[in-house]
Amino acid sequence: MSSNYEERSRGYNGDDDMDRGRPMGRGGRRMHRRRVCRFCMEKADLIDFKDVRLLQNYIPERGKIIPRRITGNCAIHQRMLAEAIKRARNIALLPYATD
Amino acid sequence: MILATPRQYEVVFIVDPGADDAEVSRLTDIHKQIVTDQGGTITKEESWGKRPLAYEILHHHDGTFVLLEIEGSGREIAELERRMRVNDRIIRYLTVRVDEDRRRAEKFKERRARKAEKRPTSGAGHSRNATPDFATDESREG
Repeated sequence: MSSNYEERSRGYNGDDDMDRGRPMGRGGRRMHRRRVCRFCMEKADLIDFKDVRLLQNYIPERGKIIPRRITGNCAIHQRMLAEAIKRARNIALLPYATD
Repeated sequence: MILATPRQYEVVFIVDPGADDAEVSRLTDIHKQIVTDQGGTITKEESWGKRPLAYEILHHHDGTFVLLEIEGSGREIAELERRMRVNDRIIRYLTVRVDEDRRRAEKFKERRARKAEKRPTSGAGHSRNATPDFATDESREG
């Protein structure tokens, strides 16, 4: 389960500069790198459920919310993000699940 | 009920895609009327037009989205939701109370401003953990 996420997020992180630390090795071994909460960097105080473009970065194809051990978000912002994604799902801006 | 500060709500509703512009604006006006009748005020109104739904709702694949921002006691929301529930042209609605979150955001901002004042050499202090990594990375990219 968890390896699934990591695999997906790897391809994903590449084009989205979700992690802007040191680049991940191609060989498959996870490199340790410092992750910084992106919302803290941008000093975001609110995460709006209407901002679909932003929220889409945190749901891979399957539609699940990316855990914060992958994205590196801080707890406060991850909670706000999860709340926003759930609201957006309710109003059909984001899918609950896709396959 | 009198509140020290009125509550703020964001209401988004989705109208059946079969409805034309006139019907959408008519529905919007009706619901605005309901709110003002109950003593609330409309602070913002926004129509996002027709857009696809992320999943099927009542066999519809798209819908017209309308956003209302409402200030009031909360009583008008109850009435508004009741009316939207029984209206079969409205296929989905969502109400979010935003005043508390906004106040919290305001507080964060203030605290940050105070911190920045206290420490004139800010910037360096604030993002001490991350700055070196980022700087090198960005220069490489750019």
